[in-house]
Amino acid sequence: MFNTKTILATVAILAGLAGMPAAQAAEEAPHIEKQSWSFAGIFGTYDQNQLQRGFQVFREVCSSCHSARLISFRNLAEEGGPGFSEEQVKALAAEYDIADSTADGGTRKGVAADRWPSPFATEQDARDANGGALPPDFSVLAKARGVHDAFPFWIFNYFTGYSEGGPDYIHALLNGYHEEVPESAPHNADGTPFELPEGKYYNDYFPGHAIGMAPPLQDGQISYEVAEGEAAVPLTVDQYSKDVAAFMMWMAEPGLVSRKQTGFAVLLFLVLFAGLMYGTKRKIWAGIEH
Amino acid sequence: MATQTQHSTTRRDFLFVATGAVGAVGAAAVVWPLINQMNPDASTLALASIEFSLAGIEEGQSVTILWRGLPVFVRNRTAKEIEEAKAVPLSELKDPATDESRTKEGHENWLVMIANCTHLGCIPVGESGEFDGWACPCHGSQFDTAGRIRKGPAPTNLVVPPYEFINDTLIKIG
Amino acid sequence: MSEHSTYTPGSGIEKWLDERLPIIRFSKEHLMDFPTPKNLNYWWTFGAILVMCLLVQIVTGVILAMHYTPNIAMAFDSVEHIRRDVNGGRIIQATHAVGASMFFAAVYIHIFRGMYFGSYKAPREILWILGVLIFLLMMATAFMGYVLPWGQMSGWAATVITNIFAAIPVIGTPLLELLRGGFSVGNPTLNRFFSLHYLLPFVIAAVVALHIWALHVPGNNNPTGVDVKDSRDTLPFHPYYTMKDLFGMVLFMIPFAWFIFFAPDILGHPDNYIQFDSQVTPAHIVPEWYFLPFYAILRAIDFNLLFIDSKLLGVIFFGGSILILFLLPWLDTSKVRSGNFRPMFRWFYWLFVINFVALTYLGAQPADGIYVLLSKICTAYYFIHFIVILPVLGRIETPRPLPTSISESVLSKSHA
Repeated sequence: MFNTKTILATVAILAGLAGMPAAQAAEEAPHIEKQSWSFAGIFGTYDQNQLQRGFQVFREVCSSCHSARLISFRNLAEEGGPGFSEEQVKALAAEYDIADSTADGGTRKGVAADRWPSPFATEQDARDANGGALPPDFSVLAKARGVHDAFPFWIFNYFTGYSEGGPDYIHALLNGYHEEVPESAPHNADGTPFELPEGKYYNDYFPGHAIGMAPPLQDGQISYEVAEGEAAVPLTVDQYSKDVAAFMMWMAEPGLVSRKQTGFAVLLFLVLFAGLMYGTKRKIWAGIEH
Repeated sequence: MATQTQHSTTRRDFLFVATGAVGAVGAAAVVWPLINQMNPDASTLALASIEFSLAGIEEGQSVTILWRGLPVFVRNRTAKEIEEAKAVPLSELKDPATDESRTKEGHENWLVMIANCTHLGCIPVGESGEFDGWACPCHGSQFDTAGRIRKGPAPTNLVVPPYEFINDTLIKIG
Repeated sequence: MSEHSTYTPGSGIEKWLDERLPIIRFSKEHLMDFPTPKNLNYWWTFGAILVMCLLVQIVTGVILAMHYTPNIAMAFDSVEHIRRDVNGGRIIQATHAVGASMFFAAVYIHIFRGMYFGSYKAPREILWILGVLIFLLMMATAFMGYVLPWGQMSGWAATVITNIFAAIPVIGTPLLELLRGGFSVGNPTLNRFFSLHYLLPFVIAAVVALHIWALHVPGNNNPTGVDVKDSRDTLPFHPYYTMKDLFGMVLFMIPFAWFIFFAPDILGHPDNYIQFDSQVTPAHIVPEWYFLPFYAILRAIDFNLLFIDSKLLGVIFFGGSILILFLLPWLDTSKVRSGNFRPMFRWFYWLFVINFVALTYLGAQPADGIYVLLSKICTAYYFIHFIVILPVLGRIETPRPLPTSISESVLSKSHA
């Protein structure tokens, strides 16, 4: 039934069938350069320094418009994360006023268990302050974005476990701004040139290219602290965006490191167990014609 | 089949035992997380210990705060109340405990207690009853100014939660 | 089927129990001594793998229900709460989500195995029909489960799929409102989907019991399709098939674990990490991969036929593509069960498989250009296979000679 020849033939036919219309799909989504992330792959772990830098970018730049409502201060001290100490987190939380209807005056100082306070009280406030556009919440945004791979490359992703489409997209987006509408901009359906609506900015990677967010990062904008004996990290948009994308991935998937470590042990166990089961099964079936 | 049974009755086959043992380890490793998920989660544990500022609670004033979902009395006792509590001989108590054992040294005026009656869990009313302490409206238990049971069906004193003074005006409960 | 057991109660207590509730006798007959053809290949282990899948989904599902909140304001955040805060929550949640995909992967293999070896033919028609019923229940359960995280794909899947019912003439709109509990997908919809999503797996378990009952009346089919003649053709289920099935399950768990631990979101869609917004449709709305072939059929119909409009016609084809499986035992007119002995059928079988995979691929593509045309061709072929090819093949095909018994085929294979 399932001989090799049939299977090969099936694969070949499918490949032909699937490859045929691939050219068509290629033009709609711009190619996104994949970055090398420390948290990719089976042994991936977050780079603590990178997460701390990313947190700095988030705090100093992004968080003035973007909320992260599912993140608690305590998360920043949890294992597998940016690795802040409990004291640092406690001090950080105390810098924020948290709305609490039971407190005197309706607010109190933050504690580690509190959620990250949102910059705007309501969605409408957020829109009003941002020209009608709603800055999306950051909590799981890194998993809500992805990269579309053309056939047959997306098939490989199942075998490599590629799950970094979000950070790749975020990095590309933050580096994809143009001051003017570029030559490469797509023409409208009727052939007229691309026109940028009032208050929008041109971005290569944003769907539709007209994004409401002004370019948020400039070279040298944030100064990273350099610990003694460590090489200085470049103060560029490229570096900032990598760091903040990594931090956003951590926000979306804070348990990634322990999950992958457990997974490695589980896979090893299963391979060993499968080997033993195979031996047992063979031993039981020995001498039976089947 | 017949040869198989004979074989295994005479000598347990190493392969079968090894497979069974590895399988059992695997099963246990699966079962534990399935049970452990019912334990308090990270967001609950994060609130297991809280800090509370005593600033602004005048002498003779009492506040109720929430800790681990339970109401907690924090009372700034008057000198008279402390005196009353200390004057009671231990032999008169159903659940003997000195006043010192129910407060922290150097902060004897502060009484911190879980506000559920040790009988069946109702919340006693403060500054009432025969002993000038708390009286439970449900079943008539009465507690003195140190929260000790003096009369009624409750078997033990009101429970003092684990807490410590971080400084004179800040306590950490839990 | 109580003649296979050699069970004699060993102790007084066993005898006492046996006279009142012969549960040990029953287990021994059906789980241990049951005579099973000795020539079953590894494709047959998927039955046991599916039982495992159902158990995994029920256990992880019951656990998730302990932490989930079926309310539109809190559902999305409560799933994140499970992933972030609950002990081991990320793994349990990923197991449930990946488990749905693995369940369907296994069920497709199980179905296609049955189709190749003619496991639906007499006297196993009821067995097959119960199987198709389980498949339908699985689809309903999976669909409602997918709505629960209340992401963009959840909400829009609920909107689109409930809208299918609106195509039904006269009662369509009232039925739609009944299903949704409102004029659009909202809190009542989420709540009832949660309730039914919890209920249906137990209904599936009950139908699985019937499925196995119906299997144990005629006994297993086998790769030759030849009936069991005598005891030389069979082996007791335990330990031969228990161990073989267990080995199959452990192998199956390897890709399962791969997805859970290293790519838990790769089988889903990024848009489902955005909370449902009834005012914004995602740019590309696609169902989970296991619905794609049927989704492609639904979309392929973009033309009116006589008095039937395209929407209703699409729904008819969509429903028909699954319901036609119920008729398969009578559409296939060949007396020979196994595809191994049907030279022409084999070719058409693989063509059907390729066509089905093509439909899966097309279901994920945007509905324009060449894809629409290809979808129509593949949809047409899907039905032609059942309605034309299978009935005709049985009449014109000359099958290869069948072995006289299972033992004979086994012996000739091992001596070859």
